[in-house]
Amino acid sequence: MASGSRFTRGTVTTLGIAAAVSLILSGCSSAGSTPPDSDSGAAGGSLVIGVTTDPDTLFPWKATQFQAVNVLQNLYGTLTEFDEELNVVPGLAESWDASEDGLTVTLKLREGVTFSDGSTFGSEDVKASLEKIQDEATAAVSRTSLASVTAIEAPDESTVVLTLSAPDAALPANLAVINMAMLSSEDTEEALNTAPNGTGPFTFDSRVANQSVTLTKNAEYWGEEALLDSVEFRVIPDESSIVSAMQSGNVHMAFFDDPLVAQTAEGGNISIAETPQLGYHALQLNATRGDLADVNVRLAIQCAIDRQEVLDTAALGEGEVTGPITSPAYKSDPSSRPCAERDLDKAQSYLEKAGKADGLTIKTIVSQGGYATSVNEAQNLKSQLAEAGITLELETLESGAYVDRWVAGDFDAAVALNGGRPDPDGMYGRYFTSTGNLNKVAGYNSPELDALFAEGKSSSDPKERAAVYEKISDHLEENAAWIWLFTSYSYTASADTVKGFVPMSNGSLQYLRTTSVN
Amino acid sequence: MLRTLIHNSVLRRIAAAALTLVGVAIFVFIMLRAIPGNQITAGLGTEAAALTPAQRLALEQYYGLDQPLFVQFFSWLGNLLTGNLGFSSRAQESVLELTLQSLPVTFELALLSIVLAIAIGIPLGMLSASKPDSPRDAFGQVVGLAGLSIPAFLLATTLMSVLASSFGYNPNGQTFAPLFENPLLNLQQMLLPALVLGFGIAAPIMRTTRTAVLEIRANDFIRTARAKGVPERRLKVKHVLGNALVPIVTMTGLQFGYLLGGAVVVEQVFSIPGIGRQVLLGIQQKEYALVQSTVLVIALTFVIVNLLTDLAYRLIDPRVRAE
Repeated sequence: MASGSRFTRGTVTTLGIAAAVSLILSGCSSAGSTPPDSDSGAAGGSLVIGVTTDPDTLFPWKATQFQAVNVLQNLYGTLTEFDEELNVVPGLAESWDASEDGLTVTLKLREGVTFSDGSTFGSEDVKASLEKIQDEATAAVSRTSLASVTAIEAPDESTVVLTLSAPDAALPANLAVINMAMLSSEDTEEALNTAPNGTGPFTFDSRVANQSVTLTKNAEYWGEEALLDSVEFRVIPDESSIVSAMQSGNVHMAFFDDPLVAQTAEGGNISIAETPQLGYHALQLNATRGDLADVNVRLAIQCAIDRQEVLDTAALGEGEVTGPITSPAYKSDPSSRPCAERDLDKAQSYLEKAGKADGLTIKTIVSQGGYATSVNEAQNLKSQLAEAGITLELETLESGAYVDRWVAGDFDAAVALNGGRPDPDGMYGRYFTSTGNLNKVAGYNSPELDALFAEGKSSSDPKERAAVYEKISDHLEENAAWIWLFTSYSYTASADTVKGFVPMSNGSLQYLRTTSVN
Repeated sequence: MLRTLIHNSVLRRIAAAALTLVGVAIFVFIMLRAIPGNQITAGLGTEAAALTPAQRLALEQYYGLDQPLFVQFFSWLGNLLTGNLGFSSRAQESVLELTLQSLPVTFELALLSIVLAIAIGIPLGMLSASKPDSPRDAFGQVVGLAGLSIPAFLLATTLMSVLASSFGYNPNGQTFAPLFENPLLNLQQMLLPALVLGFGIAAPIMRTTRTAVLEIRANDFIRTARAKGVPERRLKVKHVLGNALVPIVTMTGLQFGYLLGGAVVVEQVFSIPGIGRQVLLGIQQKEYALVQSTVLVIALTFVIVNLLTDLAYRLIDPRVRAE
């Protein structure tokens, strides 16, 4: 997923009461889910997707907002891609090989690829794109993913050679996000803001500000041609209005985060598919602040929380208790932590060790309106911790104010929903290494973690890497760097006429290329 | 000469309106900057934490946030005077262009709502007043109370949800149809939101009508007219309603002014691309120029509507004309 936190997803607040009312009115509330029909249908059709906001930018290197990423993903190509299981697979690069010392990576580019303006894609475009992403003046959000790249050469039309300062096993996965889209070397940001020019399965057709973005099939796409003739992202700001637009057949597909809204949509000819998300809910603890600097205090907090209870009360039980790493290939075992189950006695003994037997107070920031469950999570955490003598002093902030404080690392604790990534280094390297650019926000680092992260990047053997990231996961839990709570689902609502769409746990809509509507 | 000019009430009003607009401009400018976050954090969210100082500076320069506040204020004001309302980087269009698209939509919605509100409110008010404290008065009062107390978003979502789930009817789920491109679909799309807004406004109009009619009816000249044998129907319409119109026009004018400010919630629920939604989006995205200029446009229309309402009094009420 492109964004580091799901805060950048659509932030239009849903009117909870309205949703509840329409739930009662529509009378369909079965909580189960049926996976969408994944048989590919016949070609053709115009798909309408209901979205709450339109893209905030059409320039892929700066796009972090969920809607923007979803649109741009279908317009632009990346060197590598993810498949359904989030394995890294070839994209615009057919193959990539690392030298034995891991310091040189040679990419072989696909031939015969064209941009939607008709110009040919080649190694010069890759070199220009990567160099511009590295340039700070571009303000590209994925710049740090190229931190290990010291030189980019294009010896011939279909070969690109990257020279690295240190081995970087996370690089192929990092190249797969839309913030690493390959642009034509002749394009400028200004031009692309209004006229996207990519190599993706769809081309940009039109946009009406705040109303809709329409894409049409790219007949020159290098891969299998998309089935749909067109896709329209139609802006309907209110989620319950999207639901009624689906019920009346005007909109074929929509994506919801809020289980309550998803429930209201289900029924009739609309089915809902649940997809576990890489994003995770956590209580972030800032170990550079006061009492939280003491590992015993943090462990006491870990032991005083029943995660299933947080999930049940705040998110209707819709999700799974999680450890730090959420991607399927490296998944952490949530029972591998000092207090896998809630244990108030143990919490008390940790507090005694910390000399805080009489309890303590932690100031916690909570976002209002960023995502549906934040305030409920905070209140449940507060009541659970109160039983252990720990007072969570909640500071509920409007999401803009929350982001400001979060970005500045100005909090003792934060109730957070952070975005996950398929590669565990991309996911946590920037948070928990002492030089990571989000380390101030994470509030925790250690020499052991620095060494482990370096080790994880230096090996390209999946098994070896998995063992390293298990150690990282254990280290984070044993030191209670944060309290990992649960992962939730995203809900794909689609009409029965929609076939062939595969929802992904990074929220990607790349399978629109295999979707049809009839 | 100068003295007569200053005393000229129209000029005085225009001066007051100009002062109001300057006040609004300063107020909105300050309030917007008092909201935490800026366009960078609004766009990047928590990802903004990963920006290097040089990257942040590049973005601040792009959005003009690196300038001191008073420079930002005066350059915006200077641009306004040349007709440049600013640029929305999100929509990639000028604010003027966006406003010219959204203002007529809101104007149409407001007009329809007012027509519906009058069509419901005045007859209901007269019905109530025709026999105070009777069952029909109670009926009028209850409908009025419902209009006042049912929140617009609740009525809107309920209506939409019931119509969509039971009848598969939801014209607002389609692309918005501008009035002159597809009038039929446009009216369908406007009907429900106008009904929701009109119902809410019908209540104060109904109450004003009822009170005004009762007050006028108690006047001596009505008794005189009746004694002179003016038919009851003519009495009701010409004498009573004619005189009751003054407070009703004031009330309606005010409500119309508010509606032109954009019925944010209703526009949001029914996906009407009006000026209220434009302001809301601007605030969410911290698009300063967009919000500042749009609010100023709204203030301007409000001022104009107020002036027109004043003029309308003069037409209706000879006493005001004589002043």
